[in-house]
This record gives sequence, C-alpha cells and structure tokens, in this order.
Amino acid sequence: MPREGILVHNPYERMTKEQVRQIHHASMQILTDPGLISFNRRAAEIFASNGAEVTPVSSGDHPTWLVKIPEKLVLHALDSAPRIVKLGARNPDNALIMNGEEPRVYFVTGSETNIWLDVEFPTYVKKSDPKIEIQVPEFHPRRGTVADLCQSAHVCEHLETLDGYIRTVNIQDKDITEDNKDVNKFFASLNNTTKHVMSGLTSLSQLDNVVNMARIIAGGEEELKQNPIISFITCLVKSPLQFVEDTTDTFMEVCKRGLPVVVSSSPQAGTTAPMKEAGIMAQINAEVLAGITLGQLVNKGTPVLYGSVPVRARMDNLDDSYGAVETSQYNVDCSQMARYYKIPNYSTSGVCDPRTPGTQSSVERLFSDILVTLSGPQYLHCAYGLLECNSVFCLTQAVLDDAHFQMIKFFLRPARIDETEIAESLKQIREVVATPQKLYISYIRRAMRSRQISPPYPFEGDGEGDNVFALAHKRMQELLAKPVDHIDRATTARIFEEILGLLRRQVDGLKTEG
Amino acid sequence: MTEAIIDLIKENVIQGRVTRDDEGLEEGMVGEPGVTELVGEAIEQGIGLSDIIKTGLTEGMETVGQKFEAEEYYIPDMLASAEAVGAAMEILEPHLAENGIEAKGKIIMATVKGDLHDIGKNIVSILLRGAGYSVKDLGNDVNPRTIMDAVKEERPQYLGLSALLTSTMMQMKDVIQALTDSGIRDQVRVIVGGAPVSEEFARSIGADGYGADGFDAVRAVESLASDKAKG
Repeated sequence: MPREGILVHNPYERMTKEQVRQIHHASMQILTDPGLISFNRRAAEIFASNGAEVTPVSSGDHPTWLVKIPEKLVLHALDSAPRIVKLGARNPDNALIMNGEEPRVYFVTGSETNIWLDVEFPTYVKKSDPKIEIQVPEFHPRRGTVADLCQSAHVCEHLETLDGYIRTVNIQDKDITEDNKDVNKFFASLNNTTKHVMSGLTSLSQLDNVVNMARIIAGGEEELKQNPIISFITCLVKSPLQFVEDTTDTFMEVCKRGLPVVVSSSPQAGTTAPMKEAGIMAQINAEVLAGITLGQLVNKGTPVLYGSVPVRARMDNLDDSYGAVETSQYNVDCSQMARYYKIPNYSTSGVCDPRTPGTQSSVERLFSDILVTLSGPQYLHCAYGLLECNSVFCLTQAVLDDAHFQMIKFFLRPARIDETEIAESLKQIREVVATPQKLYISYIRRAMRSRQISPPYPFEGDGEGDNVFALAHKRMQELLAKPVDHIDRATTARIFEEILGLLRRQVDGLKTEG
Repeated sequence: MTEAIIDLIKENVIQGRVTRDDEGLEEGMVGEPGVTELVGEAIEQGIGLSDIIKTGLTEGMETVGQKFEAEEYYIPDMLASAEAVGAAMEILEPHLAENGIEAKGKIIMATVKGDLHDIGKNIVSILLRGAGYSVKDLGNDVNPRTIMDAVKEERPQYLGLSALLTSTMMQMKDVIQALTDSGIRDQVRVIVGGAPVSEEFARSIGADGYGADGFDAVRAVESLASDKAKG
C-alpha cells in the first residue's frame, strides 16, 4: 500500500477555466515568439529534428540557438507524458502514487541549503528579579556536512506527515568533491530514510553511479523500474526562457534512463519574469512545457513532474521573497495549470524570508502551507526546516513544520455528514436535552480515542511561557534517538564495493571532516 | 460474590458507565450492567455500603485520577466517571444514615441572577457528586431569595455560586450580603467561581473559597472540609 497523502476534495483555484485557457494560449505564443534560447546543442538538434524552428543565434565558444516550439509538438508531448507517476521507496509502503488528475497532496522536504542551523538554549536571568530565569533559543549557523544530511534524513524518516525526502543540506565536508558529492548525498539520504529520495545532480559524470547504487538497493534493473526509489530534479530552463547547457544535459540523460524527473522552473516576478500574475504565469508555464516537451522527445513516456517554484522579488533588495503573498498566488495558479495538463505537480510552500525560526517564519510558512496545500499539488516541496529562502536549514524547524502539516491534514479530512451521522447526532441531541446537566461531554470520549478530535498543539507550554522551540527541540532529539531501518549490511557492502567515491565513515560512524 | 460485584462497580467507575446503555471506553460493554444497576444489585444482596463506597466507588475514582495525572485520561473521562459515582451516591444516600455512615457533605449550587451560563456550574456539580458530596443544583438565573430559602431549608455545609459575566458576578456579593443580613452566614461556607472571577475577587466579597476550574472547586471544598475538621 502506498502512502495516502491527503486528498483535497475541492481544490482551491484562483483562475477561471477561461483564464486557464488564456494562460495556455499565451504560453503557446511565447514558445514561438520569442521562443527559447538554447545553450545546449543536443537539445536544439532534438527540437530541430522534431519540427521546431531552430536558428543559430551565436557561434564560437558558447554557441546558442533560438528554438521556436510549435503547439502541436507540446500537445503531443503532453499526450505521452504519464498521467500517473510512481515515486518508489526503500520501504514499498512509503511509495507515492501521483495522479495528475487527482489533487492528492504529498508533503516533501527541500531544497538544498548551504547553511545548517544549530540550536542552543542558554539561560537568561531577569535583571530586576534574578529569581526568574528563562531559556531563549540561540541559533548558530555553520556549513552543512554529510553528518547533518544523515541526521536530517533520520529525523525526517520519523516525521509523521512527511511523505518524501529531498536532500535538505549541501554537504561541504573537506573530503567531499564534485566527483563524490552525488553518491555520498544519495547514500546518506537512502541509508537514513526508507521514504522516497529526490535530489538534483551536482555532476553528470555521477549519474550512472547514483543509478547503479539505486539499482543495487532496489534489487535490480527491473525492480528499480517498478519501484523507482530515487528521482531527480533539474532546472533545465533558466528564466527567462533559456535552456541551460549543463542542466539540460543532465535532464536528457535522466530521461534516457527512464527515471522520474521534475522539470523545474523558478522565475522571480519582477526580475526574471513579469511582476504581473498573467505575465509570470504565461512565462513559467511556457518554460515548464518546453522542458516536458524536450523530455518526451528524448524518451517518450518519461515520468515527469510539472515543477513550479515561482517567487516574487523583494522590493528592497530584489532577493527572492518566498514570504510574499504573491508567491503563494503563483504557486496555486501553477497547481491549477498542471492539473489542466493532467501532469502531477511539484509545487512549493513553506519557504520563508527570515534566517531564524520565530514569529515571522511561522506566519509566512503556515500562510503558504495552508493555501498551496488547498490548491492540491501532488508533490508539495514544502520546505520542512527551510529558512532565509533556500539558504538555511534547521532541523528543529522541520519538527515544528510537521506539527503544521498535522493540523492541515486534519483540516482536510472530508466532512463526516451522512444519514448515519445525522441519525446518531439527533439521538444525542434528544438525549442530552432531556438531562438536567445538558452536556454532551460523555459522547466525546469515543470520538477522542478514535482520533476524530484534533490533538492539541504538541509544543504547548505550561502557564504563560512560550516553550515552543525548547519542546520542538526536545522532540527532535527524541526522533533522532529512535532507530532507523538502514540499508542491510550485505547490500551496503556491495554498494561500497561497486560504487566509487563513497566515504567509509558513512557506515563506520560519522565524524565531520572540516 | 461480594468481591465480584464490588470489582465490577470499580471497573465501571473507571469505564465511566452510569447505566447499561453507556458505551464505556472498551468495546462490547453496552448492555452489561453499569454502576447504577450494580449498586442496586449490591444493596439488594446486602453488601456493606462502606465496601461499595470505599472499595468500589472511591478506589475506582482514585484509579481514574491516576490515569488523568498520567495523561491517559482526559477531562471527559473524569466527568464520565464522576457522573457514575454521583449516580451511585444518589442511590446510596437514603441508606447511609440507617447504616451509620456519615455523608461527606451537602452543597447547594447555583448560577446567579441574570446569568444563563451554566456549563461550568454543571461540570462542578458532576465532579462534586463524583467526590462523594450530595449536590442540590438550583439551576441558572437564580435570584438571591431562592438561594436564601434553599440554604435555610436544606441546611447545606457549602454553597457554590457561579457567574460567567462581569455584569452578573456582583450578584455573588449580594447573595453573601443577604446571608449575613439573615444571620445565617456562619452556617454555610461559600465557594465562588466562573470565568471573570478571581481569588482576589472572592476575598473582596467575603467568600470562603474560590475554584479556578472544576477540579480546583473540588479541592477548595475539600480544603474547607479539612479546615472544619481541624476545628
């Protein structure tokens, strides 16, 4: 049985059907005028040989081509892209089945950050009354390591609402190089969680090593095909409208191997895309569709996700502002567009602007988590633990986010109103009204124990003090102390024998280098 | 046989089952006798009331209290058990005197004049009954005259007054003043409670005790009972 996720029965949609059609037609126009610039020769050739109008723009060391993609090529690709995409898992019960037409949401971590945030709780004494002491969280940023990635995957394995794992932290140990980063990040993730693992690729030269590793863990070539325990995310189109040379190569190679892949575009409204909703929507939709079309031309039937990471620019410094309200609007719109094309949607929520957990972080992330979930994207990369846009990861924040999603999932339970419920309720009402106390309390008990009543916020403190961070941190440590089902010894030995570049300390006990 | 019935009474207190129609916490209990049926049967069989109260009801309630402390039980569970004990005590009450058992105490409860909010007062009543007190509930929007008459007639040891509104809480002061004017203030201990009420307010109007919530109200009554016993 795959994971259930949460089915959004009446997904929230901002656009009318007519507006969706208008965005589609605008995107089709963009794909032919102005078209896309390709920095990737092979992509340009593939488009040219399939009927796109391809014109060399510049030559020399960095040749480019203008690619104009006709609508029929896009529609043909949308026909061949699978409606249903399976993301497998080391534990088959953790597999995710995503149907482009069904707004069933799976919650996933991500993205990859450079900074890991440690949390400490020093004690402060009140000056005017030294008897009063409080513990205040202090956050210490540092570069992420392999050990951190393992810890993060370990805790995420135990987070109830988390359905899949995208690596949360960039491993920057001294002994990690471009040539061994991919195998080590995939192994660290796969060895510490039995959920689905998705990641970007640092070096295309490592793709086959990573795929071979997954093949060994899955039990063989066919087993990996049936249960794709890994998938990839690629940003092949840089906004506005440019096929990037190296990531487009990576994308095409992943497609050739038939593994699931996210076609992700991340335009910033105001700088790399129009600020207006119509403009950014038409552009991001064109960018994603261009990627999906290329993937289907490379390997018809490649399982792809419509990857949308739109964001609005901050007006003070033009950085990304994931906390901006418009960012949620764009993501909700993208979810609707993906459903229009019947392709599972990779969407974004929960990313916030501040660099440490706190009130602003909680407000921004919960705001977008609720709204974007309601729009029904299938694969919601919802930034468990992510701070300062995509720069900082805090494991305690990830535990706090899990509590948010428990509330959201509870809210999205279908309404229990039918003939039986009505009859039972009328009986209760009549019985209670006839008693002197007129209280329904005795009927709560069974509902409470059958989990029909939402649990209290798990990090509620005693009295007036706010102990949310301290309690979440304690919970994080408890989760870290729980065992994880690692890859078995024999398989691990085979992986280390066949896959070059893996750090021995990943299985001999982790000690950070550098 | 005696032990079996007492054990069943205790178990049904823990399950919070007043009658055979109640569900309890475990499956398949509907139709099995609840606390009221079992207590009736125990009386018929001539089982000592003291055993029923101490081993059946009180020990059952103690177990419920422990489960509550351990966060295994929640307030609805406590109330269900307290309701079961209260129902049992109602059946036992006429038999107490003839068996030489002194009742724990009588309490009159009322939500004061002008106030229709009685959830808190009802919960306190259930918990007090569960703690073994005899409770006479006068209802809500009760004028001071009715309260005075009840105190004179019932001669309770305690009077519980409740108000939810800031506009009605001063009625409590009026009731206490009326008790004083009638010369019966020293016959009854007055405990007040309700959302706008505080310990400070209770003191300011001359009340004897204050309950911040249902459990605190029971503690307040127990504390006054203990003071009285110490003389």
